[in-house]
Formats: sequence, C-alpha cells, structure tokens
Amino acid sequence: MDAIVLQILNGLDKGGAYALIALGLTLIFGTLGVVNFAHGALFMLGAFCAVAFNKLIGLEQVVVDPTKTTAWGTPLETRVPYIEVWLGDTGTTMLNYSVPLSIAFAIPVMLLVGYVMERGLIRHFYKRPHAEQILVTFGLAIVLQEIIKTYFGANPIPQSAPDMVRGAMDLGIWIGFDPGTVVYPQWRIVYLFFSLSVIGGVFAFLQFTTFGMVVRAGMADRETVGLLGINIERRFTLVFAVAAVVAGLAGVMYTPILPPDYHMGMDFLVLSFVVVVVGGMGSLPGAVSAGFLLGILQSFASMNEVKTILPGIDQIIIYLVAVIILLVRPRGLMGRKGVMET
Amino acid sequence: MMTKISPRSDLLMLVLFTAAILTMPIWLAPIGAGYPDLLQKFAIFGLFALGFNLLFGLTGYLSFGHAAFLGIGSYAAVWSFKLLGMNPIPALLFSVVFSSLFAVAIGYISLRRSGIYFSILTLAFAQMSYNLAYSVLTPITNGETGLRVLQSDPRLFDSTSEASGPLISNLFGIEMTGYSGFYFCAVLLIIGFYISQRIFRSPFGMMLRAVKSNQNRMSYTGLNTRPYTLAAFIISGTFAGVAGSLLAVTDPLAGAERMQWTASGEVVLMTILGGAGTLLGPILGAGLIKYFENIFSAYNEQTLHAIFSFLPDFMEGAVVSLASLFVGEGWHLTLGLLFMVIVIFLPGGIMEGFNRITKLFRRRPSRVGKRTGHSHSPASANAAE
Repeated sequence: MDAIVLQILNGLDKGGAYALIALGLTLIFGTLGVVNFAHGALFMLGAFCAVAFNKLIGLEQVVVDPTKTTAWGTPLETRVPYIEVWLGDTGTTMLNYSVPLSIAFAIPVMLLVGYVMERGLIRHFYKRPHAEQILVTFGLAIVLQEIIKTYFGANPIPQSAPDMVRGAMDLGIWIGFDPGTVVYPQWRIVYLFFSLSVIGGVFAFLQFTTFGMVVRAGMADRETVGLLGINIERRFTLVFAVAAVVAGLAGVMYTPILPPDYHMGMDFLVLSFVVVVVGGMGSLPGAVSAGFLLGILQSFASMNEVKTILPGIDQIIIYLVAVIILLVRPRGLMGRKGVMET
Repeated sequence: MMTKISPRSDLLMLVLFTAAILTMPIWLAPIGAGYPDLLQKFAIFGLFALGFNLLFGLTGYLSFGHAAFLGIGSYAAVWSFKLLGMNPIPALLFSVVFSSLFAVAIGYISLRRSGIYFSILTLAFAQMSYNLAYSVLTPITNGETGLRVLQSDPRLFDSTSEASGPLISNLFGIEMTGYSGFYFCAVLLIIGFYISQRIFRSPFGMMLRAVKSNQNRMSYTGLNTRPYTLAAFIISGTFAGVAGSLLAVTDPLAGAERMQWTASGEVVLMTILGGAGTLLGPILGAGLIKYFENIFSAYNEQTLHAIFSFLPDFMEGAVVSLASLFVGEGWHLTLGLLFMVIVIFLPGGIMEGFNRITKLFRRRPSRVGKRTGHSHSPASANAAE
C-alpha cells in the first residue's frame, strides 16, 4: 500500500511538468490551430531563465588582500556575491531562493519570447498545412537549443532548491503509515502544488475573465467572433505568450529536480505531444489529466516488481499507451468532436 | 514544366543520373568532396531520402520516425555479418526482410490515422525502438556500446579466413571501403532511383498523389486507400532499411543513436530542402546537407581567421566570432536556420526554386494570352519536374 502511494506521488511531480507543457500546447493548438514543435524549447528556455538569473545574482566581487596569503603563497582572494555586499542578509536569502525568485524574471522574458515568436513567425503559418507548421517550429526548436548550447555549454547545470525545502519529508505519518515508509523530497511537493496552482490560474483566467470568455469563444468558432467585431488575432497572440509563460514556469521550477541542459526540451516535447494526443487534441482538461495520468503510469512502470514481469516496460509505457489510445479512442480521452478529426 | 514525360525522357533522365552518380568522384573533386567517405554518405543518405520521399512526397504522410528503419537495417546487416560472414549481399537481404517486416507492423497501426496523429504515432514507435534498443534489447543490440562484428563470431562462410586485421565487409574479395564501397552504394542508389522513377510514373504513383491531394474524395469514390498508403510505407521503410545496411556495410557497426528522432528529423530536412515530391530533389538535398555538414563542422577559429584575413583587424575579430557561431560545433544552428528559411520561403525546396527560375525565363516570350497555362498547382509542377 505504502509503495503504491509513493509511486503515485512520484508520478505526480513529473505528471505536473507534462501537464503544464501539454496545457500550453493544447492552448496554442485550440486557439491558433498551430502544432508547435518548439514548445519543448520554451520549457527549456524557462529552465535556463532560472540558470541565468542564478548567475546574474551570483556575480561575485573579488577582493584581493595582499597582506594575507593562502597556503600556496598567492594573495588571498575573498569572493563575495555583490548582492550580499549590497543587501547583507537579504542578499543571502535571495541567493538561497534564487529558483523561486527567477519566476519573476522568467515571466517577462517568456512573455516577450512568446510574443516575438507569434508575431514574427507563427502568425505566417496559420493558413499553411500542419506538416509545414511542424517543420518550421521543429527548425526553430533546433535553433533555440543551439543558441542556448553556445551560451551555457552542453553540460547540465545543477540548480539547488532553497534550504528550507531541500530535504525529504515523511509524508507517511500524516496519512497513517509507519514512519519512514513514504518519504518524499519536499521540493517535489512544492512543484506539485505549484503546477496545480498554475493550472488553476490558467483555467480561472479562461473561465472567469471577459478576456478568457472571448478566447474560449474564439476556440469554438473563430470566424463568428471575428464577425462580431472582435480582433481575435490580437487576443490569440496573448494566449500564445501565456502558453509560453506556462511552459517557461514549468521549466524554471523543474530545475532543482532535473539539472537543465540544452536538449531537455526535446525530451519533454515528445512526451508532451503524446500526452496531448492521449488527452484529446484541443481539450484542456484532457491535457491536464492525461499529463498526471501518464506521469503516474510511468512511475508505476519503473517499479522493480513490474519490471521483472515486463522488462523494459518503463521505457515504452507512455508510447504504448498512446498507441493503444489512438487506435481505440481516436479522439483521445476527452477530445472534442471536430477538432483535428483526420 | 521542364520536359514532357515520355518513356524516352525518363530513360534519358536515368542514363544521365547514372552517369552523374558514377562520375561523382571526378566532378565533385574540385569542391573538396571527391573522397570516398563523403561520397558513400551522399549515396546512402540519398537512398534514405529517396525512400522517405516515396512516402512523404507522394502521399503527404509525414513520418517522424523513419530513422527507426535505418537503425533496424543496420542491426540486421551487422547480425548477418556476425552469423553468415562479411559478404554484403546476405546483409542486404537480411535488412530488407527485417525492415519491411517492421514497416508492415508499424505502418499497419500508424496508417489508421493521418495528419499530425500519424506523425506522432510514427514518432512514438521510433522512440520505443530507440529506448528498447538502449535498454532491454541489449543482448541483441549491445546497448550503448553499439553492435560490432568480433573475430569470435561464428561467421559461417568466411570464418576460415585467418585475416587478423579489422573486419571489413567484402563482396567476393572486393573490400567494401574506399571507392569500391562507394560504387557498391552508388549502384544501389541507382537501382533505388529507377524503382522510385517507375513508381512515380505508374498508376500506383498516381493513386498515392491522389491520396495526398484529397483523401476524402478518394474514399467517396469507393476506394480503400489504405492498401496503397501501406504499400508506400513499406517500400519507403525498406529503402531506409537498405540505407541502414549500407551504413553497416561501409562501416560494420550499428548503434541505437541512428534511430533517434533527430535522425528522423534530418531525413525530413533533406527531403524538404531538395523538394518533396520530386524525383531528384531528395538526393540533391541529402547531398547538400552531408556536404555542408562535412565542410562546416570541419571549420574552426583558425580556418576562419585564414578566410577573413583580408579584412582589417578590428572587423576580422568581429566577423570571425560571429561566423564561428555557425560552424564547427555550431553546425546544427546553421542546419536549424536553413530548415526554417526553406520551410518559410521555399516549401517546395530547391527543385521548386529551379522551376520558378525556369518559369521566369519561359514566360517572357509567351507573355500574351498564355497566362492561364501556367497556373497549375505546385503539386503537378513537382510531379513533372
């Protein structure tokens, strides 16, 4: 029993990342009708926003003290981050919390990236065939990841979670298990709640604001909304930017779990596309639930008990599920009628 | 349209093509591509792209998992070396059998859906094969290390030969390296080109093009399109398998990274760059990409400094540092940019570019009243090339 709970928890945080990326993909697909293969790259860009922010606030002041020498006889150098020099303890705290703080840095950056991408490139591809949309965004993804590779190198750059939530937590005692059975890293719990609140925020935005209402109307029938005198295209641009921000935030918060490297986006992209297809193209709740579902399935498949029965199942479970779903329920779990039927 | 299609013009095209391929070592030498390793790559990836084009160019089904067949072909060929000896002929047969079997299985399932779903299904299958080759199937694929032929392998037919050097595939005594290796690949490329030309001109090819232009209409006329698309998928997968086995013939080694989806993306790019749906385009695209990959990734700071040394010093530094982003390690950046530029401005690839240029010159004399004659769709223009 406790093993099952642990696996579900394990799946939830990965599922959270899948759900966030898939949510953005579906949003873009539902509104703009564009298949965005560069969405994984946006996730990666978000993760590197955290890296860049950490580097930025970690810039160090080097003071050379000629009176003292180190053990090697060279003058003693003390390195103190500028931010600690200027702000004292607040600076230390900021350094400690650099990952959560970089959210504030990532939001404007990702908004800008999303806006530029939509206006500069995607806009011209609304009317082109899906194959060409896939190809051009695929090219863009390569370009983005190569740019990141030039600036940050090819190696993963580990980021650390704030001290307060760095350890593990015994969740088991809370729900009546023996101590020490369900131990879970705290940051992953933070990630789970973070992804849930971002998802909740996006849904609330679409459900309870006028802007969201117009966007939903546009998703249902774009032409009629246009005929009513609403400039739907401008709103869709913002939707694209929001989707970019969602993917970016998913990346920012994922950095303590997985050290970001330049091709992490591609790895996640393929899986998120599978998630979207399983959830049903164009269905936001479908994307979210399929994200969590597949995350959990994957973590169950990597249990040793399962692997001894079906070796290698953990490597292919997601793809296998996708194949079965596509053949049995072509529209996905919650796909709407009329969205990408062919 | 450049020429009218007739059996004679086709024959002429085939002869010219054969001549061009076989003399490649001569006419490619001045641009620094006249050495066997690169020429082999031209031929092999030309064949791969040619096969991919039979599916994507004719039916419009965008497969994002074609590299799986390349990998399967390689593994099958290396296993044939291990079991039967270093002759490339059984290796080719092995890979044809295995890649077509896999193509039947994958195609049967994937072709139930079309459009983006098809792309994702093929991608899923390719990723599955890749992941399996890396993990569970290690006894067959040798995992990360890659599969290679060992002296201790049974090699039924040539285990008696006591050669102690590295094992090289040889066709009845001719070693498949250097130029002989290239000519072996070239012959297969020419055969592949002939098959693909026949398919383009056949009623079967017409049917595939009809699927591309409007599948619904085909179904309304009471025609089941799936056998046709499945056949195209299998042929295309087999081409990829043969290309994979040629990779193993020229260098007896197979690794899982050949199946990765970046490799699938590369063949898509080759086909698009050259011109999907044209006969020569994919081969041209494959050649160009392999050529530039080779040239660009060989550049480094020193060579760049040598090239831009005519500039004044302060400019030279800036130009070199800018250019070095795109060469050497940064070759993939160039590739990605090229990909985008082609898709944005020239979705029909280089062949469409040629067509546009020739049309530009053709139109001048017959400007009066002949406008309507040129308003054919790009698809039909490509088909004729």
